Amino acid sequence: MILAWLILILLTGGLLSWLIARWNVLLARYTALAAVLLDFAIALGIWLQNPSPGEWITDLNLEWIPRFGIRFHLALDGLSLLMLLLTFFLGALGVLCSWKEIRERPGFFHFNLLWVLAGITGVFLTMDLFLFYFFWEVMLIPMYFLIGIWGHANRIYAAYKFFIFTQASGLFMLLAILGLYFIQGQSSGNYSFDYFDLLGTELPAGIAGWLMGGFLLAFIVKLPAFPFHNWLPDAHGEAPTAGSLVLAGLLLKTGAYGLIRFVLPLFPEQAMNFAPWGMLLGVIGILYGGKLAFAQTDLKRLIAYTSVSHMGFVMLGVFAFTEMALQGVVMQMITHGISTGALFLLAGMLYERTHTRDITQMGGLWKGHPALGAAMMVFVMASLGLPGLGNFIAEFLTLNGTWPSNRLMTVLAATGLVIATIYSLRIMQKVFFGQTQKEWEFPDMRLREYLIMMPLVAAIIWLGLFPQKALETSENAIMKLNQPGSVFNISPGAPALNQAENTLKIQPGEKEVFDERN
Amino acid sequence: MNGTDFMSILPLLICSAAALVLISAIAIRRNHLLMYILTLLSFLAAFAGVFYSYDSIPHIIEPLFIIDGAGIFSMGLILLAALAVTLLSYGYFEQRESRREEYYVLLVLATLGALVLVISRHFASLFLGLETLSVSLYGLIAYLRRRERSDEAGIKYLILAAFSSAFLLFGMALIYAQTGNMSFPEIGKSLAAMEQLTPLLMAGFGMMIVGIGFKLAVVPFHMWTADVYEGAPAPVTAFIATVSKGGMMILLLRFFAEVNAYRYPVLLLIFSVIAIISMFAGNLLALMQQNVKRLLAYSSVAHLGYLLVAFIAVAGNAGGAGVEAVIFYLVAYFITTLGAFGVLTVLSDPVRDAEKMEDYKGLLWNRPWLALVFTAMLLSLAGIPLTAGFIGKFYVVAAGVDSSRWLLVIMLVINSVIGLFYYLRLVVMMLQPPDARETSESLHPAFYIIGGTTLAALLLMLVWFGIYPGYLMDLIREMQIAAR
Repeated sequence: MILAWLILILLTGGLLSWLIARWNVLLARYTALAAVLLDFAIALGIWLQNPSPGEWITDLNLEWIPRFGIRFHLALDGLSLLMLLLTFFLGALGVLCSWKEIRERPGFFHFNLLWVLAGITGVFLTMDLFLFYFFWEVMLIPMYFLIGIWGHANRIYAAYKFFIFTQASGLFMLLAILGLYFIQGQSSGNYSFDYFDLLGTELPAGIAGWLMGGFLLAFIVKLPAFPFHNWLPDAHGEAPTAGSLVLAGLLLKTGAYGLIRFVLPLFPEQAMNFAPWGMLLGVIGILYGGKLAFAQTDLKRLIAYTSVSHMGFVMLGVFAFTEMALQGVVMQMITHGISTGALFLLAGMLYERTHTRDITQMGGLWKGHPALGAAMMVFVMASLGLPGLGNFIAEFLTLNGTWPSNRLMTVLAATGLVIATIYSLRIMQKVFFGQTQKEWEFPDMRLREYLIMMPLVAAIIWLGLFPQKALETSENAIMKLNQPGSVFNISPGAPALNQAENTLKIQPGEKEVFDERN
Repeated sequence: MNGTDFMSILPLLICSAAALVLISAIAIRRNHLLMYILTLLSFLAAFAGVFYSYDSIPHIIEPLFIIDGAGIFSMGLILLAALAVTLLSYGYFEQRESRREEYYVLLVLATLGALVLVISRHFASLFLGLETLSVSLYGLIAYLRRRERSDEAGIKYLILAAFSSAFLLFGMALIYAQTGNMSFPEIGKSLAAMEQLTPLLMAGFGMMIVGIGFKLAVVPFHMWTADVYEGAPAPVTAFIATVSKGGMMILLLRFFAEVNAYRYPVLLLIFSVIAIISMFAGNLLALMQQNVKRLLAYSSVAHLGYLLVAFIAVAGNAGGAGVEAVIFYLVAYFITTLGAFGVLTVLSDPVRDAEKMEDYKGLLWNRPWLALVFTAMLLSLAGIPLTAGFIGKFYVVAAGVDSSRWLLVIMLVINSVIGLFYYLRLVVMMLQPPDARETSESLHPAFYIIGGTTLAALLLMLVWFGIYPGYLMDLIREMQIAAR
């Protein structure tokens, strides 16, 4: 029941905040903050009790629409738990960072913000595919409003584009879900949308690829991977700070989560066949996104393109089919959420002060604003993968795990780190160093902003120095994929993966010992 | 006819009596409010009558009517829709024409026609119901004589409807000539004896499809839709969009099931083509509209196309998901359409309907509750979760996938995406900062309370069926089973 509460708290918090805002705006902000923090506390409590959870921590399975065998089924494992912690952490920061920025209709703003978070929470928890699609779509509408009402000048266009890209791809996922549902139902006689019932469905060879395609399309649009990344810079660029934070930090992660949770376990063989293409898309995303990021002058668009680049690592790692790479992907989801979220927050703070997002008009800000500069420096370093910060661990694990699957791709992806260095340093160079363009007169970070940035800095350093905690949490969820019929156990003769013999296999029981079978 | 017979068509009797009472009331004294209340009461009584009829199902009145679960359900649905239209009508007509009372008589008669339609099992009752509905609609559409486009709309509908009725009649005649029967089950038996469709029968079915297609406003019989939607008073538009089309859809469903026309691939092919072009033409034309009523008209063309996908999916689908999908989608579509036109009605001023895009600019800031309702209705039309429209679309897609109509289903998905563009355009319009515009609302508050309550109830139903559709699904299934 605790899982349903996580969602309900956000939903009611959002409604309450909307109602209260009519009388007292400040109280509405505190209500929203309290709701998210309450959820965060609950999730943290669960985590402290289960630092290294086994298969499933808790589970809620209620009847919903019996006609179709649809159940309100939520379940929590290590992977979901990590994602939830990230969601509530960034969610709370999202409320905090809007404290001064959002003055127009704050009640409705918080309503939308909390409902997006509720949708995301649902996506990370649900174990019923219909419910999953439901939450997947529920996330969209409030996000659409967040961009469309409180965004920057070109917000309507951006909101449109965001909505149509994600909705269109989502509908194909719905078709795939239904296809899976009927195939499973016809073969077993038990029509059900439940994840565990659908797992291991025998799929006719012809149709299985199409079904996977439906899921894949929805997830890589959301991620976004290379040919579908086009909506992201617009949506990110135009969204208000909290919107960008939620988009970059959380919405993109739902795509990655979907790949790990649904595509790999439901379609192991098809995923294996797609793997080389998936990795290729990942590498193109890394390099092309990095190149585009370098070419931007709009700070928010620049950061958006770095997301494209970083999410390329997710694609790469997911389709590498090694446990190490998948662990890297999970780390990447978390650390990218934190570091890119922080970059967007800083971009928002700069915009509040300078009223521009154009980095060619900034410059020399370090002198008067060392605190802002230092915070930016931390996350720029994180973004380029400096050891000691979380992103390094993530990218290192991903690359390391990909090496045995496909060396060429790994090498190409690794050059992405060089590009990352170039575009990241360019941010610092253009904004904080170099020629002073104007005599900027505005205060450095305020107390509220310290409160926002400090936890982020602490989190990214902590993840960089002690990643073991997070890795242990998701370990069993990832290991679960390592079961008969799953991706790790496809016979070495599988055509797609010629170097299957090279795949690192982790011996159950002694996880640290890698058995190089070559 | 015995007592049970009377009992089972109680709603029809109440509506007929109501029409007489209303006419007499006008003769004695013209009073808008009185008429309004009488109409509401008669619809409520008829709706209560549906529950009495329910006790006797399945009941057949030879040879004209069959009162089964589906019939009862659709009667209830039509009466509720008519009730909602009536509720919205008072304020709308109060600020317009001086002679408003006859409107209610026509409304009751049109509803009666639709009621007859959904329980008929014979060509005679079919035609009777259809004409009662159509003739009342001629009057209703052109009711606001002094408005620019109302005559145009009325005459357009009159000519085309008469034309399509002729097609329908001729089609019936051809089928009668071949089978020697006019009652659906008998036709079914004769057809079962035949090897395949003779050309004459084929022509008969084809002509009937023309007549039915006109009422449903599917492409290529949709030409009247936009003009009539635009010219008719907003509540009447809501009535046409829901009761008239819904009644016809139920009839089509019954006719096809009773004569077992689903076994003819050629008919299914015709309907598949109609469904696909309706979806595309409706959505693409809606994209170009600047007038909200016309936009909703074309969107309804597309929605009837979606509905036909479920209708086609009835074939080769043993679980009955197709019929359920049609009925569920109809319910969702009724709620949504009534809600959307309800907002339009409430926003209309004495001079003209709120049909321009600009009328909705900044609505979210000026009148947030109306904007909320309208947004919810548009999202439901677009098939976004938390609304009944989403579950409806899901149902249709599920039925389509179940009977492996992949082409239709993929077309539906593509069209849903096209549809998003214009629904979102309206939503975006409401989000924009409002122009400084004087608001001249000087109607007495009761109007807003009634309109607001109706819309709130519709919104509640929309969200309720969107989040917890289990109850409605069970009800529809129960009615289905009762029909067998």
